Amino acid sequence: MHPVVKTVLQRLGLGFLTLLAVSVIIFSSLELMPGGFAQSILGQGATPETVEAFNRSLGLDRPPVTRYFEWVTGAVQGDFGKSFAGAGGWREENIRYVSNIIGPRLYNTFFLAAMTAVIAVPLALILGLLAALYRNSWFDRIVNAVTLTTIASPEFFVAYILVFFFAVKLRWFAPLSTISDTTPFLQHMYKGALPALTLTLVIIAHMMRMTRASIISLLSSPYIEMAKLKGLTGRQVILRHALPNAWAPIATVIAFNLAYLVVGVVVVEVVFTYPGIGQLMVDSVSSRDMPVAQACALIFAATYILLNLSADIIAIVTNPRLLHPK
Amino acid sequence: MSVETQDILSRRTKRTWTQSTVRLLKSAPFSAKFGMAVIAFYVFCALFAPIIAPYSESEIVGKAYGAPSWQNWFGLDQIGRDTLSRVIYGGRNTIGIALITVLISFFIGGSLGIYAAVTRGWMDQIVSRLVDILMSIPVLIFALMLLAMAGKSVWNLIFILALLDSTRVFRLARNTALSVAVQDFVEAARLRGEKMLWIVFREIVPNILPTLIAEFGLRFSFVFLTIAALSFLGVGIQPPTADWGSMVAESKTLITFGKIQPLIPAAAIALLTVAVNFVVDWFLQKTSGLRDEK
Repeated sequence: MHPVVKTVLQRLGLGFLTLLAVSVIIFSSLELMPGGFAQSILGQGATPETVEAFNRSLGLDRPPVTRYFEWVTGAVQGDFGKSFAGAGGWREENIRYVSNIIGPRLYNTFFLAAMTAVIAVPLALILGLLAALYRNSWFDRIVNAVTLTTIASPEFFVAYILVFFFAVKLRWFAPLSTISDTTPFLQHMYKGALPALTLTLVIIAHMMRMTRASIISLLSSPYIEMAKLKGLTGRQVILRHALPNAWAPIATVIAFNLAYLVVGVVVVEVVFTYPGIGQLMVDSVSSRDMPVAQACALIFAATYILLNLSADIIAIVTNPRLLHPK
Repeated sequence: MSVETQDILSRRTKRTWTQSTVRLLKSAPFSAKFGMAVIAFYVFCALFAPIIAPYSESEIVGKAYGAPSWQNWFGLDQIGRDTLSRVIYGGRNTIGIALITVLISFFIGGSLGIYAAVTRGWMDQIVSRLVDILMSIPVLIFALMLLAMAGKSVWNLIFILALLDSTRVFRLARNTALSVAVQDFVEAARLRGEKMLWIVFREIVPNILPTLIAEFGLRFSFVFLTIAALSFLGVGIQPPTADWGSMVAESKTLITFGKIQPLIPAAAIALLTVAVNFVVDWFLQKTSGLRDEK
């Protein structure tokens, strides 16, 4: 087997195992609840009969292993079971399916993430490239100081500063992103502009610094020096010699930072009350609606793992040493 | 003895600890000096909060949303407490909790990491694989889920974050300790018949200490930001305890009226993490420790 295929398959297998282990951890968080879930929701005074009825209505009376396999096979098909919201008074019409709650919100979150990525990725790459080419210039220093500050600031600080200037002082955008299922596409983009801008500022800093670092380390390698010494122009050196080898690190940087977006999205959605799954997860954690919290956690973790996995695989596939073995 | 030799001898005396510290601090770049000044200021405010703050943490001193005045520099919050006092106490709480968390995290992660590196046995294998899996879930998401399970309380917050953060410390401590443990002088100590504790504290710890100290700064700012984010989301530090994250969340509606109250605690958070980062940057350059992970 070609070494690249072998390495990629190994990496995929490892990623699958990680995903499986993570799903076990997320699932068992409910089992480990002190005193059991029913006890902690119904309170200490609950009679054994109420606890039993509660458990039966949620299906918690069956063995954990069975429920785990049901949960995982359901999750793969997009079915995350029933929400605990309104549990207790358990009538058929009150049942809310987790997948129905998550569906539209997942779309909103991906919409926001895609919008951010479309703005942030090209901008960060260009800025990082320029900072690397003109390193130690005033441009590089300013960009460096600004990005270090945005990295160190909490997301909500960046968000509220943007709100303060763009929504309150200049009145270009609304301070909150109220979106419903019927919001038209362009309106959705306009409402999502401020959250997307916040996320852009947050991830652009990471992405730009990583791009800068990888380009600088590339430019200091011997074959670039050779190209310069044989008299090529700066443009030729960059386009013909540096860039083909830079794709791997750049792709890694992009995938890695999109994974970072997964975390940033939670806080930013809450700031702008943007109806995505980040906000949903925070709400479900506050109300201890475990099926919803678990589903959100699984989606977030899976996205994070898959993005990191694809970063690894891109790095493997574009590695010339692996592609052309001796 | 001639005057010249005396002069030379006096010059050759070793610098005292204070002298070399002052010398080191003077050589620091502006950003590091600024960072250290900010940290010192925060520590001072946190330690002497009851003396500095004009009012107490939960005292109601006037009308809700009172405007800034000479008595209340930053105005009053949503139930009429003094914002300046709450910012000072909030710093004390947030910094204190973050510090306890990171100390626990370093105790768990550091000791397990070094132990794993020195023994390199089955324990190393098991813990390393477990850490790999735990690290594949983003901290904020994992913490949210565990808080949903355990319920919101300060100690739950501390232990959950310490546990999650110790995975990062474990990995760094293990990797740096391993690179020391395979060197010849450690082998020599082993052959000499030194006990494991002696090897750990006399050979390994002194060599990885600079890296761990720098990591302590970075982990502190990371944990500090995570606590602020969780409190902002309403699942971290609970009222009436003042803390910067929840203060931002409580006063966030004010921003739509063009007031800057929510920005004050948020800026306080940003300033501290920037300061810590500046100092760590300088410290890393000084000691040129080995670091690979963010």
